[in-house]
Amino acid sequence: MVDVTSGAVDIVPPAEVPDVELYHPRSWWTTYVFSQDAKVIAIQYAGTAIAIGLVALVLSWLMRLQLGFPGTFSFITPEAYYQFITMHGMIMVIYLLTALFLGGFGNYLIPLMVGARDMVFPYVNMLSYWIYLLAVLILTASFFAPGGPTGAGWTLYPPQAILTGTPGGQSWGIILMLVSLILFIIGFTMGGLNYVVTVLQGRTRGMSLMRMPLTVWGIFTATVLALLAFPALFVACVMMLLDRLIGTSFFMPALIEAGQQLQYGGGSPILFQHLFWFFGHPEVYIVALPAFGIVSDLISTHARKNIFGYRMMVWAIVAIGALSFIVWAHHMYVSGMHPWFGYFFATTTLIIAIPTAIKVYNWVLTLWRGNIHLRTPMLFALAFIVTFINGGLTGLFLGNVVVDVPLSDTMFVVAHFHMVMGVAPILVIFGAIYHWYPKITGRLLNEGMGQFHFWITFIGAYAIFFPMHYVGLVGVPRRYPELGDAAFIPASVQDLNAFITVAALIVGFAQIVFLFNLAWSLRHGREAGDNPWRATSLEWQTPTTPPPHGNWGKDVPVVYRWAYDYSVPGAPEDFIAQNDPGPQTAAGATA
Amino acid sequence: MALALVLVLVVVGSIAFHAFSPWWWTPIASNWSYIDHTLVITFWITGAVFAAVVLFMAYCVYRFRHREGLKAAYEPESKRLELWLTVVTGVGVAAMLAPGLYVWHQFVTVPEDATEVEVIGQQWQWSYRLPGADGRLGTSDIKWVTPENPLGVNPNDPNGQDDVVIEADDLHLPMNKPVKVLLRSIDVLHDFYVPEFRAKMDIVPGMVTYFWFTPIRTGTFDALCAELCGVGHGFMRGTVVVDNENDYQEWLQTQSTFAQLSALRQVGTVGPGQP
Repeated sequence: MVDVTSGAVDIVPPAEVPDVELYHPRSWWTTYVFSQDAKVIAIQYAGTAIAIGLVALVLSWLMRLQLGFPGTFSFITPEAYYQFITMHGMIMVIYLLTALFLGGFGNYLIPLMVGARDMVFPYVNMLSYWIYLLAVLILTASFFAPGGPTGAGWTLYPPQAILTGTPGGQSWGIILMLVSLILFIIGFTMGGLNYVVTVLQGRTRGMSLMRMPLTVWGIFTATVLALLAFPALFVACVMMLLDRLIGTSFFMPALIEAGQQLQYGGGSPILFQHLFWFFGHPEVYIVALPAFGIVSDLISTHARKNIFGYRMMVWAIVAIGALSFIVWAHHMYVSGMHPWFGYFFATTTLIIAIPTAIKVYNWVLTLWRGNIHLRTPMLFALAFIVTFINGGLTGLFLGNVVVDVPLSDTMFVVAHFHMVMGVAPILVIFGAIYHWYPKITGRLLNEGMGQFHFWITFIGAYAIFFPMHYVGLVGVPRRYPELGDAAFIPASVQDLNAFITVAALIVGFAQIVFLFNLAWSLRHGREAGDNPWRATSLEWQTPTTPPPHGNWGKDVPVVYRWAYDYSVPGAPEDFIAQNDPGPQTAAGATA
Repeated sequence: MALALVLVLVVVGSIAFHAFSPWWWTPIASNWSYIDHTLVITFWITGAVFAAVVLFMAYCVYRFRHREGLKAAYEPESKRLELWLTVVTGVGVAAMLAPGLYVWHQFVTVPEDATEVEVIGQQWQWSYRLPGADGRLGTSDIKWVTPENPLGVNPNDPNGQDDVVIEADDLHLPMNKPVKVLLRSIDVLHDFYVPEFRAKMDIVPGMVTYFWFTPIRTGTFDALCAELCGVGHGFMRGTVVVDNENDYQEWLQTQSTFAQLSALRQVGTVGPGQP
């Protein structure tokens, strides 16, 4: 049994390792550009991810314009449409969400939250960012390459991904995509090893694993998942690149194209799908677990109440992470794999719903008898719960093998995964930015603009994706640039599509307010002080804000308690910082 | 409280949309009404959970909103409550999984008396092959594909000679006879998808996949491709007509066998798709 709340001093071990001298920058270049400070790297990661994310946002407008008003925009050909959806999907999942949660929030928060001065391998950490940037640049270059970017769908299924019938298949598009992914994975591995080793080895005295904020647990577990899952994508990319460039047949059976039999033979397209989803399903949790962790801390802080069932929350994160490796083929129920796999993967998939549901219960139970401050970060956190429940529950449709049969490859799937791993994590990202911006800049984001941004984004996103499920229930397949004539599609579906498009444009433009707020508040925001939310975790206890290189000044903090001592009975204030040795309080100890 | 109100509206609005919007699945034309039933069970269970959790949130947001002097309770965990919730969730999950697996078992168990029908996908059209009088499909391979033999039927296999070949034309099926649909692609992935039949399956080059169903009403249905197969994916359409026995036999008489088509084509009198 782990004592999560004890303030007993004997739990703090003596320092065994002397403080190491950090590499201190000597010039503007090494301070702001080639920096080895995790916080600067975090901002570089986040800035790059948001920039390429804006490209994905614009692509989503273009595809929605086509779906809402087909035939109106002559430049959106089927080729262009497929290029838009492919690049939108890949950018959002890999280059925005993964990079922002792990490279951005991971880098900024892990060292601060565990009481370290920096990541354990700062130089490798710096390289990680620059390789990521190179990957993003190569991805962007494919927009300008002959033939344009690949239009193979973000899943890049062969054989079509490398054939002429697909945009970019026999030109540069698919090659640049695969090379960019390979580089991304190399860069990520450098960062990922850093995050894991820092959490395991870099924690300050007293910061036992079961005292870590759930944010760190979420990012840590997600990083372990990513380190195990990305290699599957890596080899799949290398193998497809070989198929495309030197004529191997890893994924290519004998086939006819344009009347000619190609030189391929004997390969298995389904092998690629297994490799892709062995990465692809954990990827969902690579995005979701950091969001779970962050949202737990936002809810606890702004409800002034300890997270309910902390240990259960930790074990749920670990259990979800472990289970996420044995559910991948639920993406492949109708792929043509042996149908008996369906029994196994449906069972594991529905089992994973149980720890996930526990997390949801514990979030809402944290609200019970809380003292809820509805500031912008909290609004986003609560909106996350709504969209995550919605998207999680539709996962029970798609995970339950036979129910998936009619729904797979329809717009229901698109609506489901956007709700659960698009809208939900992005709401957390917004909440997290509103929450930690004062630590990063020393100033609060403007609350009025924040509220405006929140309401449009939350209600708008729900109005986009909730009705979209019903487009799928009607039977409309995904990845269709237009509905076409089909007896089972009533004409009113087109009206619904137009409505969804209008909602998407409004939500998209509301993000401009957010970007403006980020810039405006840098200079005009209210001064935040060191701990504007009166939070307990270590990042709010730095001697100066923003924290300097090395984070802590002369001495690293020593931790005496878990991260959730809010509203402790008898305490003078409604929070006790983790590094506050304070008197032990009676009510707290749960063993 | 704006947020509490909006949360209630989200629940009420979602349920109202579900109940009153005109968008729902197309009437079924196969034996897979079990799939529809399982889907409806899932809607009830998940809908109840969604409403309960979001309404509980709305209540908390209203009841425990910050006011001057309010202090939160301190309650790190409650083993009993957490155990209880875990058990209830487990029961709910089992209530969805059990019927799901039961129906899946039927879905993957093809009846003995099912007639085989072959569907061939290629960029971007559908073709079909019926087993002919001997009830057996001849073998096929990519290496046999030529302009005269676009489906790659083995010309040396006697079983294939009487196979009915339907190139880029409508497929007819007799009502109330179980069909095992064998799926074959000569280029990339496809997926044979007729929404009214509920069943679908990817088509993978290099292997033969399958699913089965029994058509239960006559009618003309759209067949679509449901697995991205290149730029023509959205336009890869076909038609399946379910006939009563007489109409089906009448239609079948007008179709050509592989042997007939081969003979005609060697003389060079017809193009593809015309008997």
